[in-house]
Amino acid sequence: MSNRVKNIIVPIMAVILGMLVGTIIMVVTGYDAVAAFTALWNGAFGEIYYTGEVIRQVTPLILAGLSVAFAFRTGLFNIGVEGQLIVGWLAAVWVGVAFDLPPVIHTLVAVIAAGVAGALWAFIPGLLKAKFRVHEVIVTIMLNYTALHVTNYIIRTVLSEKSDRTEMIKGTATLRSSFLEGLTDYSRLHWGIVIALIGVFIMWFLLEKTTRGYELRSVGFNQHASHYAGMNVDKNIILSMVISGAFAGLAGAMEGLGTFGYASIKGGFTGVGFDGIAVALLGGNGPIGVILAALLFGALKVGALNMPLEAGVPNELVDIIIALIVFFVAASYMIRLFIDRISKKGVK
Amino acid sequence: MGFMDILYIVVPSTLLWAAPLIFTALGGNFSERSGIVNIGLEGLMVIGAFTAIVFNLAFDQTLGNLTPWISLLVAMVVGALLSVLHAVASITFRADQTVSGVAINLLAVGAALFLVKLFYGKGQTDIIQKGFSKIDIPVLSDIPVLGKLFFSNTYYTSFVAIIVAFIAWFVMFKTPFGLRLRAVGEHPMAADTMGINVTRMRYIGVIISGALGGIGGGVYAQSISSDFSHATISGQGFMALAALIFGKWHPLGAMGAALFFGFAQSLSIIGSSLPLLENIPNVYLLIAPYILTILALTGFIGRAEGPKALGTPYIKGNR
Repeated sequence: MSNRVKNIIVPIMAVILGMLVGTIIMVVTGYDAVAAFTALWNGAFGEIYYTGEVIRQVTPLILAGLSVAFAFRTGLFNIGVEGQLIVGWLAAVWVGVAFDLPPVIHTLVAVIAAGVAGALWAFIPGLLKAKFRVHEVIVTIMLNYTALHVTNYIIRTVLSEKSDRTEMIKGTATLRSSFLEGLTDYSRLHWGIVIALIGVFIMWFLLEKTTRGYELRSVGFNQHASHYAGMNVDKNIILSMVISGAFAGLAGAMEGLGTFGYASIKGGFTGVGFDGIAVALLGGNGPIGVILAALLFGALKVGALNMPLEAGVPNELVDIIIALIVFFVAASYMIRLFIDRISKKGVK
Repeated sequence: MGFMDILYIVVPSTLLWAAPLIFTALGGNFSERSGIVNIGLEGLMVIGAFTAIVFNLAFDQTLGNLTPWISLLVAMVVGALLSVLHAVASITFRADQTVSGVAINLLAVGAALFLVKLFYGKGQTDIIQKGFSKIDIPVLSDIPVLGKLFFSNTYYTSFVAIIVAFIAWFVMFKTPFGLRLRAVGEHPMAADTMGINVTRMRYIGVIISGALGGIGGGVYAQSISSDFSHATISGQGFMALAALIFGKWHPLGAMGAALFFGFAQSLSIIGSSLPLLENIPNVYLLIAPYILTILALTGFIGRAEGPKALGTPYIKGNR
């Protein structure tokens, strides 16, 4: 079996295995698995309203997935999407609240501010990796918590008078659209999905069609060879972190300008950043794969909310399934061994 | 309020907050010294906290005052079991260890909350009646000044944590087992050539990390939060990881770092009631552990370098 086919089969197997174990958990704990999955489906695609919500949920997931995938493709593991997202969210809302600009332009400025904020936050681990050879995983984890506490502090002291959320952003900065809302029975669907899809195109074009993208991938594959070929390794590492962070910042803008319209004090992470890791992995770090994986996880997350209502099953079951899918993709060596064994039997 | 009065408040509080960090950081130490990255510490603490609270609520009538200690043992076992999953993925199936750790974190939170809803029909548990309680340690608390400072109004678990740190140091640096564990993390091929079973050592390292992470979570839940909900463990596992790195992958260093981070955490909570500190925004105290860890890694505060083979799966016959 060719590697290409295997690369498609492995994620599909991982999803099936994840669902299977989820089903077993429900059977063992005495829940009705059929009712649960029916409720899940209805909650994601049963009505146009739910579908609108799924697409809204998919929007930041695509961008977070792109962020992780871009870093992966260039040999870096950006586990700091969560922090870069929070920083981007804050920057977008800040521009949305503090500036007075005409519509569209205001939105664009706020979106760009989010991207820049995320990029700057990711510049730190990039710089430390390039100059001091510090592993980016630990630095980005530490910066996640730093971002959480710092943004909470700014929201409490600068953007509000000791309140736990900012004001709503001005109408000129919003990504919301009464047209899209009307189309989907008043879901919170907003224009962000267009930005996310443009992001997918940019990632594909940048990595596959430009010299810079070739260099970035090359440095990810083999630093020494790239250095020998005359590429500036340090610059490429920093650039790749910065671009990855910009995608994460945009994901924050989707929440700040689209879904919520404000920023609030957080006790913990949004989870979107970590789901982005799942999206990138399952999607094989490719543009189409990221869209499909984001769609799957978005549908699971939104559909899950219907499970307690319709089937009496706790929605955390979906979190378990997502964790299992990540686990099975990570341990794909097991699935590959299994496929090899089966295809060898076929040959005999 | 005099200086000593402040110390009488700050020291016990530091010991309280440091105990879970010490246990978990020591756990991470065993895993990472064997060459397996463990960012699943957060998830292991979550499952430990969950297990301890559920067991405590279920058996506090029958077990009486022993309840929190036995709950801690159960949390240890369940933590070890969850870590087996990480071991299987990252050692046997050569998974990316960071990804597997992320999966452990997601799984622990999902499973714990799912089971809380299954058992209790709501999003968080009741508050436990038999947690670890403040005590004056007999004899030692009678020592003048020091007794009041370190051994009054405190918890046994903090001292157990410090003792375990010394045991971990002894095991890791003074026993054949420790030497093998470190060898496997530095240069698995050389260790394999010398007849050490690399896979077995790494499994043991990861499972010890699960056991200690479970204890860490159990200690936190039974002495600080007293119940379990989605927000019970929020970052303590990652802070323990930070302590491990800031302590340069050394058990006593990790303990020192955990004590320091515990100090920062407790100051961020009680600081507003202390003179001098009341005007400093607590955001600085909250982010101090993370910033210091980054600086330590960068080499500004003595360079922290991990085991050589950290994060790379060992494949027999590969060079």
